[in-house]
Amino acid sequence: MTGLDVRLRAVLGSFVLDAVLDAPSSGVTGLFGPSGAGKTSLLRCLAGLTRAESGHVRLGDETWQDTTAGIFVAPHRRGVGYVAQRGDLFPQMSVRDNLRYGMQRLPQARQRLTWDDVVDWVALRPLLGRDVSRLSGGERQRVALGRALLASPRLLLLDEPLSALDEPARHEVQNCLGDVVRRLDVPVLYVSHSLTDVARMAERLAWLVDGRVADAGSVTQVLGRMDVARWRGEEIATVLDGHIRSHDQAYHLTAVETPLGELLIHGRPEPPGTEVRVQINARDVSIGLRPQEGSSILNELPLEVVEIADLTASDCLIRLARRSNGPVLFARLTHRSRDQLNLGPGRSVFARVKSVAVVD
Amino acid sequence: MMLNWRAIALTAELAGVTTAILIIGGTPLAWWLSRTRSRVRPIIEAVVALPLVLPPTVLGFYLLILLSPSGAIGAFWESLGGPRLVFSFPGLVVGSVLYSLPFVIQPLHNAFRAVPDSLLDAAAALRAGPLDRFRSVVLPLARPGFLTAMTLGFAHTVGEFGVVLMIGGNIPGRTQVLSLALYNHVEALEYGRAHTLAAGMLAFSLAILLVVYSLNRRFETPRL
Repeated sequence: MTGLDVRLRAVLGSFVLDAVLDAPSSGVTGLFGPSGAGKTSLLRCLAGLTRAESGHVRLGDETWQDTTAGIFVAPHRRGVGYVAQRGDLFPQMSVRDNLRYGMQRLPQARQRLTWDDVVDWVALRPLLGRDVSRLSGGERQRVALGRALLASPRLLLLDEPLSALDEPARHEVQNCLGDVVRRLDVPVLYVSHSLTDVARMAERLAWLVDGRVADAGSVTQVLGRMDVARWRGEEIATVLDGHIRSHDQAYHLTAVETPLGELLIHGRPEPPGTEVRVQINARDVSIGLRPQEGSSILNELPLEVVEIADLTASDCLIRLARRSNGPVLFARLTHRSRDQLNLGPGRSVFARVKSVAVVD
Repeated sequence: MMLNWRAIALTAELAGVTTAILIIGGTPLAWWLSRTRSRVRPIIEAVVALPLVLPPTVLGFYLLILLSPSGAIGAFWESLGGPRLVFSFPGLVVGSVLYSLPFVIQPLHNAFRAVPDSLLDAAAALRAGPLDRFRSVVLPLARPGFLTAMTLGFAHTVGEFGVVLMIGGNIPGRTQVLSLALYNHVEALEYGRAHTLAAGMLAFSLAILLVVYSLNRRFETPRL
């Protein structure tokens, strides 16, 4: 089955959305981009809440919009789960009635998720009798997520569902969100400003700039772009997908095979062969010209400098790779270090990785 | 105590019919006003608000001219077989509907405007069609607005004088509503009967407003 196939052009005041996007029939595609890049506009067009002037939206064998064929399916006939920043719960209804709202409007034969499943996944049982006004921010987002799921959506759109939450609530919602999307077999588009959120949730990433999808691909690839990294500013990291190769029982370490080479990380419980995603912050990478002896650093990768860009008055960002067009590793260095090592594109170096975090 | 029951019944009927027409017709108009970006909106808003500032006799005078059998609207109406519109109950209803229009439209308009678009979008994504969204999301949230609109529409119709005098002609039993009956009593120097009516209307108006304000307080939903 094919997934989501989108080509839309919408003129919204002085802003033009001109987006081409594909997404597989299941799994999470992250939408990443500066504010005002058109992420929310794109989601609204997909839901049919905003009508794009031209283009098409297809999901599987259904066409939701095709301006050349004169097709525009109204939002309430699409079956899109939409969860926005503030949940938008109906204030005059109880939690239970909010949850039932979409479900009631779908014939039972077409309901693909059951009440009990969703209530358990999103841990809603203790909230059912509550009044909406008495929910915390995290609880509101969970109810909004449950409400969207109970309507058995064909496509789930998550528009920064965590961004209005404080850290503990964020964690609470993120945990069940991650669980839920892994169980769904519909495409999920996930807008977020947080690299960690995206690294945890998304299998693919689309990078939006000025209303256009400038790039789309694996999380590693898109996060490895220099323009994405510079937009992140303080939160620059490399995300790599790898698998567990072996365990060192004596030292309680685990070897992970990544496209950039083997990395030793703190001992993991998963058996060898398990896929893991790791995150390496650019500040945790230093560079040497020769292999280091007598160092406590476990991970040293022989790489080549691909590109150097200025970041701040004192710091620059170095893209390192094993081979051209392959995955990259970001290292944040001072200009002074760069000059002392005489770094430039093509230079062979050793990247010393101080810490590697597993994303889960 | 002598009460003019015919005037009371006529007034109640007029206010009831007028309010019903205004709620039924005013709801779509107020909804349109609350959501449209059309350039004619300010014009419609101004026309709707006109009775607030216009002397009722002005409105009554033009209605009398337009609705009379020789007037533009009256002639057309009667050619369709409609009943006589001047000095009759239907004429009172037409006048009252126009005169009380802003008192119904404005509370509804305000209530509808306060319903966030985001809730309607959420309902649409949850498979609710346009009418369904209005019924399940807008109506419950706008309930205090409806209560205010109905009360103000009813009470204002009860209290009107100039329009009903001009178009109704103060005919006892047919077009003589309470406010006109009161005026007649005063003209005839029947101060006792005038007092009964005046005090009754004062008590009625106060009571109705008390009910509205206390109910509105109870309906108030906590702001998000």
